Amino acid sequence: MELALSPEDAAFRDEVRAFIADNYPAEMRVPNPETDLSKEQMLLWHRILHKKGWIAPLWPKEHGGPGWSITRRFLFEQETSRAGTLPPLAFSVTMVGPVIYTFGNEGQKKKFLPRILSGEDWWCQGYSEPGSGSDLATVRTKAVRDGDHYIVNGHKTWTTLAQHADWIFCLVRTDPTAKPQSGISFLLIDMKSPGVTVRPIITIDGSHEVNDVFLENVRVPVENLIGEENKGWTYAKFLLGNERTSMAGIGRSTRYIERLKTIVKAEIPEDDPAHLEFIRDIARVELDVLALEATELRVVAQMARGIDPGPAASLFKIRGTEIFQNITELTHRAIGNYGLAIREHPVSANHFMPGPDYGHTAAEKYLNARKLSIYGGSNEIQRNIIAKAVLGL
Amino acid sequence: MDIQFTEEQELLRSSVQRLLRDKYDFDARRKIVASEEGFSRKQWAEFAELGLLAAPFSEDVGGLGGGRLSTMIIMQEFGRHLVVEPFVETVVVAGGLIEQAGSDTQKQAYIADIIAGAKLWALAWTEKGSRFDLATVTTTARRDGNDYVLTGEKTAVLAAPWADYLIVSARTSGHRHDRVGVSLFVVDRRAANLDLQSFRTIDGRKAAEVSLRGVRGELLGKEGEGVAALEACRDRAIGALCAEAVGAIGELNAATLEYSKTRKQFGVTIGSFQVLQHRMVDMFIAHQEALSLMQHFSLSLGRDEAGVSRLASGAKSKIGYAAKFVADQAVQLHGGMGMTDELNVGHYFKRISSINIQFGDPAYHVLRYAQLDAAA
Repeated sequence: MELALSPEDAAFRDEVRAFIADNYPAEMRVPNPETDLSKEQMLLWHRILHKKGWIAPLWPKEHGGPGWSITRRFLFEQETSRAGTLPPLAFSVTMVGPVIYTFGNEGQKKKFLPRILSGEDWWCQGYSEPGSGSDLATVRTKAVRDGDHYIVNGHKTWTTLAQHADWIFCLVRTDPTAKPQSGISFLLIDMKSPGVTVRPIITIDGSHEVNDVFLENVRVPVENLIGEENKGWTYAKFLLGNERTSMAGIGRSTRYIERLKTIVKAEIPEDDPAHLEFIRDIARVELDVLALEATELRVVAQMARGIDPGPAASLFKIRGTEIFQNITELTHRAIGNYGLAIREHPVSANHFMPGPDYGHTAAEKYLNARKLSIYGGSNEIQRNIIAKAVLGL
Repeated sequence: MDIQFTEEQELLRSSVQRLLRDKYDFDARRKIVASEEGFSRKQWAEFAELGLLAAPFSEDVGGLGGGRLSTMIIMQEFGRHLVVEPFVETVVVAGGLIEQAGSDTQKQAYIADIIAGAKLWALAWTEKGSRFDLATVTTTARRDGNDYVLTGEKTAVLAAPWADYLIVSARTSGHRHDRVGVSLFVVDRRAANLDLQSFRTIDGRKAAEVSLRGVRGELLGKEGEGVAALEACRDRAIGALCAEAVGAIGELNAATLEYSKTRKQFGVTIGSFQVLQHRMVDMFIAHQEALSLMQHFSLSLGRDEAGVSRLASGAKSKIGYAAKFVADQAVQLHGGMGMTDELNVGHYFKRISSINIQFGDPAYHVLRYAQLDAAA
């Protein structure tokens, strides 16, 4: 399925496609790019895109974005995702970057934006706390003013890739007496500050993606406050809106369905009754993807005509994650008994894994994908958003 | 891929909307269904006058050249109003087959009468045991002079009691399941040796068991190539039925949402319960996805793209399952009221159940979608 494109946009799409084919690092084509790459390897593609000027499609030109139309941004997203490239770190480029250029002061823009674009700074997100998940407005991490510093104390959790991070953007409570939403500030904290401790959290797939981040009497210069004190909730909501934009994940789902078909063909004989069940389940999920893709194209075309898509992002997040979870589950089932095996972490070629290569990451992907309906605003929260904003409930 | 509707298309939509709003509300429909014939010739004449019966036909045969998108627009509105008149059978199915496979003489003889609203048609392809397979045909046709003589039994032929003509599939060669050897025939519904046993359908329409005992028929299209013609015809019918389903889904969602905001239990509106809110969000998403896929498929159908028949099966199953989900939930959320004949919700449920059976149910089409992929 394709957008009806102008010749210029079609040429642009071809240019992106060719650029990926010629430049995507072979080193990054590992069994599971999300867990198998070192920090330096993850940054290879980031740096190539930066050099090309394509690292931050969302950003306005004045801040280092390429100045693309909505259609071109979509095409770029589509091509990079279809080709299975590792997206640049979202916390830096998609999340904190836009907050800084929208709400930050000139000094902050000058200091942080170029380092985000170049990949020099790696950012992580200090939002969730042990007592504040979906109900984020109850964050308890405290920032108390002391001269030209804040003294920060608290515990952030589920902090993705904090083990690599140079900086963390945090929601902190600066006014403990105000209503939950109104006493929060948005603070940028150097991870090398004394009092910052990162402790790994190992998830059910065996991987180390998320962490606890402990903040003990961390001194943060006042100049690292974004916007106004106690207005942090506004900036946080702005950022969460960005987080959910490209969650339909059509390209990724399409690639995984193709692999699933290969596995079913190889593993399950056609005269096995399970074969019929699999091809029916695959057809159904394929049609789910098709309908979601058609919806995405409809929304993109509307946006290109200046129509506000409303909470379409919530719809894409719900369906995109449900679909991908379903695909990973089917894949895990398709490899049969080999589904018992799981790779050792950290990953090494010295560890033995049974069965064909295509099944080696099936178990961990299946397990890891459970997170999708939880993070970025759980799917239940997304349903609340649609119920309120669209249905008026 | 988004459809930017032309001014003409928007005009078509608003004129159908106006006509149905003024003349086809739920009470009017109830009277039509309860009338002796079970449909309204007066409504049919209004459809003709408005140009709806001409809309999808090409200008060569006297139509308005609106193609598949005009069918989509009309059927979406018909779905919202539970229209019972045989638009799909007469215009989309029979009209489409005549335009696609008929001789010039046949086109001239039949299409003008369809457009004028003068004649009604039905397609008799299903047989006992054929389920949804177009090639399973035991009715036979034997050549006799310029005509053929048909013998066999057709089953559950929608709109046959209303029709002036039937298009009948019959075997001119080969065996029961063979693709090759099936031909199509135009048969006068009042012809000698043709018997109908009429019955009521779940959605308030009429159908018939058709018995042919030596009935004269006129060949439509090439002898022995009827299955291919029927496949293309089914793709177009699916386009119309999917649009009808999407229209019905939209109405069910609106009615359910409205009800949840007024119906009180435990001292509050039931729409304040999160479990029902989330259900209605899923109904909303089902509608959005069905609408997108409907548009995508109608565009492909209009362009006659490669793989369009596989996509037809995909749309029929995905939209069929979505419609079933919404219909189930709409009845459930209306509680006992959803079970009543008085409220329109149950009637949408029945129409969706009927749509899902016609030309193959979602389970049949999801397998066809899968198997065409494997064969590719």
